[in-house]
Amino acid sequence: MMMPLLLAAPLIGAIVNGLILRPATAKRAGVIASIAALTSFASVMVQHFAPDAGPFEWTWFTVGELTVKWSFASDPLTWMMCAVVTGIGSLIHIYSIGYMSHEHNAYRYFAYLNFFLFNMLVLITSTSLLGMFVGWEGVGLCSYLLIGYWFEDINKAKAGMKAFIVNRIGDAGFLIGIFICYQLFKTLNFAEIAKLLDTQTFDVRMLNLAAFFLFIGAMGKSAQIPLYVWLPDAMAGPTPVSALIHAATMVTAGIYLICRMNGLFLVAQDTSLFIAIIGISTALLSALIATSQRDIKKVLAYSTVSQLGLMFLALGCGAYLAAIFHVMTHAFFKALLFLGSGSVIHACEGEQDIWKMGGLKKKLPSTFLTFTIGTIAIAGIPPLAGFFSKDMILYSALTAKSYGTTFWILGLLVSFLTAFYMVRVWALTFLGEYRGDKHPHESPATMLIPLYILAFGSIVAGFLGMPEGLHLLPNYLEAFLHPVLGPLVEGHGALSEERAMAVATVSAIIACSLGFYFYSKPERSETPGKILVPFKTVFENKFWVDELYGLVIVKPFDALCAFFAKFFDPNIIDGLVLLPSKAAQGMGSLLVLLQTGIVQTYLLFFVFGLLVLFMVLLKGVVL
Amino acid sequence: MGMEHLLLWLVTLPLIGALVCFALTDELSKYFALVVTLLGWVLAFFVYQGFDSAHATQLQMVFNYPWLNSMGVSFGLGIDGISFPLVILTKLMMPIAILASFNEKKFMRFFMSCYLVLDSAMTGTFLATDMVLFYVFWELMLIPMILLIGVWGSEQRVFASVKFFIYTFAGSMLMLASIFYLFSQTHVQLGQYTGEIAAFTKLNFSPVEVFWGLNAEKLVFLGFFIAFAIKVPLFPLHTWLPDAHVQAPTGGSILLAAVLLKMGTYGLLRFAIPIAPNAFVEFSTCVAYLAIIGILYGAWVAYQQKDMKKLVAYSSVSHLGFCVLGICSMNTKGLTGSMLQMVNHGITTGALFLLVGMLYERRHTKKFEDYGGLAAIVPYFSILFVFVACSSMGVPGLNGFVGEFLVFMGAFEANQTWAFVTVTGVVFGALYTLTMVKKTLFGPVTNAENRSLKDVTLKEWAAILPLCILIVYLGLAPNSFLSKFNQSLDTYWAETLKKTALDAGTVK
Repeated sequence: MMMPLLLAAPLIGAIVNGLILRPATAKRAGVIASIAALTSFASVMVQHFAPDAGPFEWTWFTVGELTVKWSFASDPLTWMMCAVVTGIGSLIHIYSIGYMSHEHNAYRYFAYLNFFLFNMLVLITSTSLLGMFVGWEGVGLCSYLLIGYWFEDINKAKAGMKAFIVNRIGDAGFLIGIFICYQLFKTLNFAEIAKLLDTQTFDVRMLNLAAFFLFIGAMGKSAQIPLYVWLPDAMAGPTPVSALIHAATMVTAGIYLICRMNGLFLVAQDTSLFIAIIGISTALLSALIATSQRDIKKVLAYSTVSQLGLMFLALGCGAYLAAIFHVMTHAFFKALLFLGSGSVIHACEGEQDIWKMGGLKKKLPSTFLTFTIGTIAIAGIPPLAGFFSKDMILYSALTAKSYGTTFWILGLLVSFLTAFYMVRVWALTFLGEYRGDKHPHESPATMLIPLYILAFGSIVAGFLGMPEGLHLLPNYLEAFLHPVLGPLVEGHGALSEERAMAVATVSAIIACSLGFYFYSKPERSETPGKILVPFKTVFENKFWVDELYGLVIVKPFDALCAFFAKFFDPNIIDGLVLLPSKAAQGMGSLLVLLQTGIVQTYLLFFVFGLLVLFMVLLKGVVL
Repeated sequence: MGMEHLLLWLVTLPLIGALVCFALTDELSKYFALVVTLLGWVLAFFVYQGFDSAHATQLQMVFNYPWLNSMGVSFGLGIDGISFPLVILTKLMMPIAILASFNEKKFMRFFMSCYLVLDSAMTGTFLATDMVLFYVFWELMLIPMILLIGVWGSEQRVFASVKFFIYTFAGSMLMLASIFYLFSQTHVQLGQYTGEIAAFTKLNFSPVEVFWGLNAEKLVFLGFFIAFAIKVPLFPLHTWLPDAHVQAPTGGSILLAAVLLKMGTYGLLRFAIPIAPNAFVEFSTCVAYLAIIGILYGAWVAYQQKDMKKLVAYSSVSHLGFCVLGICSMNTKGLTGSMLQMVNHGITTGALFLLVGMLYERRHTKKFEDYGGLAAIVPYFSILFVFVACSSMGVPGLNGFVGEFLVFMGAFEANQTWAFVTVTGVVFGALYTLTMVKKTLFGPVTNAENRSLKDVTLKEWAAILPLCILIVYLGLAPNSFLSKFNQSLDTYWAETLKKTALDAGTVK
């Protein structure tokens, strides 16, 4: 891989757009940014990974025995992630040219987008935990800047800040994970750590601890319970950003981290079980929330959280390949869905409420077609991409060492809900009569071409990882990633893979049919809606998690800080400091009373003093 | 100009410049001061080039002139790996502080000569190899500083300057008592009076407890420690800082944050620890607790501030807490992190005060409520503000990160709980920094007066650009700077803790 070009192109693009040229029109800025992204993509494509091609590196800092280097290298996993990131990234850059065409100062947007790409590639290609952390924080920063892109709206600025702060909580965990890893391995280099884990034995408790803290980092970036709350708010950013950063690439960084450190997580059994539990809980919770959201982007956001949860379930079950497979297919269909929703929002002049849409099938035929493909793909209907990757996850859950069947049933439930809420969104948006008051129009070609390409990807990407059991195609992905992720763990579950597949397919079809029945004619959903009111209220209000955090964490914390800042610091600490000066003043003002200016008084003091002196002297003589 | 006089020039050139300033017109004096401080850059460059990194532990470029021979006091200057980065930092910040003061209306030449005297005093404090000379420079620093605050400050300037003076002076008195004791001991133990700092570290202390379980060594340590802790400032001795910063003119704030606060940490490393290592080892846990409290407390209080300068002032309490914690870790990682953090805090906070000063010059207010939505009006300013904010909250790739990371590493090695607690500082750091960014730059423009704000001027670019370059450079390649002096840091603990019960072998 042409590593220097891969990294340099988007960085140069960002600098040219943001600092040097600052083009006035979105088109010019967009073209520059897209060329940069495509250059990166081309550099991934022209050359396959070459682990022995000699990574380029230089020393970052040295302290005693600790040496940290900037070094970038590639192996199959890196290559695949780079391909996904730069490929989908390029499409989204091109799409943005159309989407942002009405924006002033769009150079800022494109500069951030390029800079994001650069940081994401640093994250992926770094050969050490700390190097990865650089990209990790960098993408967080870009995410912050892009969510708050329309900074005049203070709520958007706040959403950006929330994303950054919540991510930082995860990052603090990540840092501790790094410290523990360094204490254990005396190196932060991935390859060296993997080698040590192979050749030496370590205290399992410490390994679990290291894995646990690294996972906290992943929790933040990949939006898992309890740190998922920033992702739905992140939808305040422009929609292509949601597609690229908050669906396809950045949020999968946590999964990439765990895959990169798979040697560690494989041994850290307890942490892995914890990851699986967090993963499936997140998946279920957010799928339930997604069923009742009115905002098209919010549905997709919760859907992303839910899909990420499934990936963590796979990671927790030791199926790293399944998780990465789903990262890839999800990148295609979720980017597609987000861009499709962007096209819809663009057409409806900013409207995001699906109840004010409807009937867009005829007005936006291309968007409709591609969105439909995305919906089928995510719903898990064979043979589209989502089916195979989800199958791999569910089957690995089923064959997991502990709680396999439970995980499988819950995973199946999540897939069922996914199919249901996606068909709901799809039907409410495109079918029936138009319920809004705008004049929807189809998007320009720069926006539609990426949609078609992503739709194609959503159809075929699954064929790369078809299960061997079907005897249709070899599992290319497993063969490709085998050197990094090891073999797909084969276990025995309650069902054979074919049967599990059949069950999943049937459940997806039932879910789709239910969704179609209720929401192709929305009035049909009224009756069951009434019965399910209590549930609906809970889901609509997102289980009141934000409110709970506000009450339990944010408010008390603010109050504590306010107490320190407004009372404790100025009155107690500074009060103590000023006490001597106050005391001196008080003494002074008392002594002033003695300075009467009347000679008689002074004489009185004089005589009194003389008496005292005499008495003291006398006492001295007597003793 | 021989190497042996280089340090002498470093100290005396600004002092001469300060005298010349009086003879000039107000207009001329500021350009003159700028030239003098830029010459300081040139001299600093020679020092940088001439400094022998292979012998960083030894005093180099020594200049020694007998002063009070009968008392063994001399005018001695020298530079080693501990003072090297801080001297460079001092010289670096001077022209920037001068540039930031160009628009002052009042008594310009006195203003400039105050800066130049301060320059001399700060440089001298870092370079002095003689205890008496050090103390002279240490106190000399106070005079231009209280004038800067008290004459050219904001509304409450006199109160702030008196508070600053009395607070630091109280600490200095305790230090002076320690110095007197040590000075008398040189006569007793070494047979003759000497002011040489190196000699002080050879002194032994009697284990007899004087009072409250404190022996001579602990008392000496506490005398130094309190003086330095006030300067740092370490929680709970920090309340002079917000007042001083809020009232000080921009240039004064820059130097106060960038250099003066480092006197405290430098003093710990140069005097308190090597002279009384046993006492330090004993107290180090307590000091670490204060540092940790300072890190969190400073961040929490900063988060609630309504005044920009106050926010930055409290953020300094938090950042300097990292420096002290790194020292208390008693390992090379912590110490290196601490030293980097000192330099980086100087650069970053200096840049932040510079930016806040730009706004203040335009709008004469530092309150957040008067701003908001500036990103739409002054794009370049906003880029700089966000950039420096990133550096302040330790975004990796910029300068703030490496120091902070190494302090964490050091703390983790020393005591894992310390690291667990302080690592939350990265969250709170982001919290107050982004709050500041949000309140200043984002949201709608609420104040109509802000609509006509001018963006960064050429002069302001000249002041901030060097800092921005360093923020990136030290973030990406700190090693090129670090390797100049890291030998001192690597051997520091083995050297200083030789006298303690801690086996040198166990100290990394």
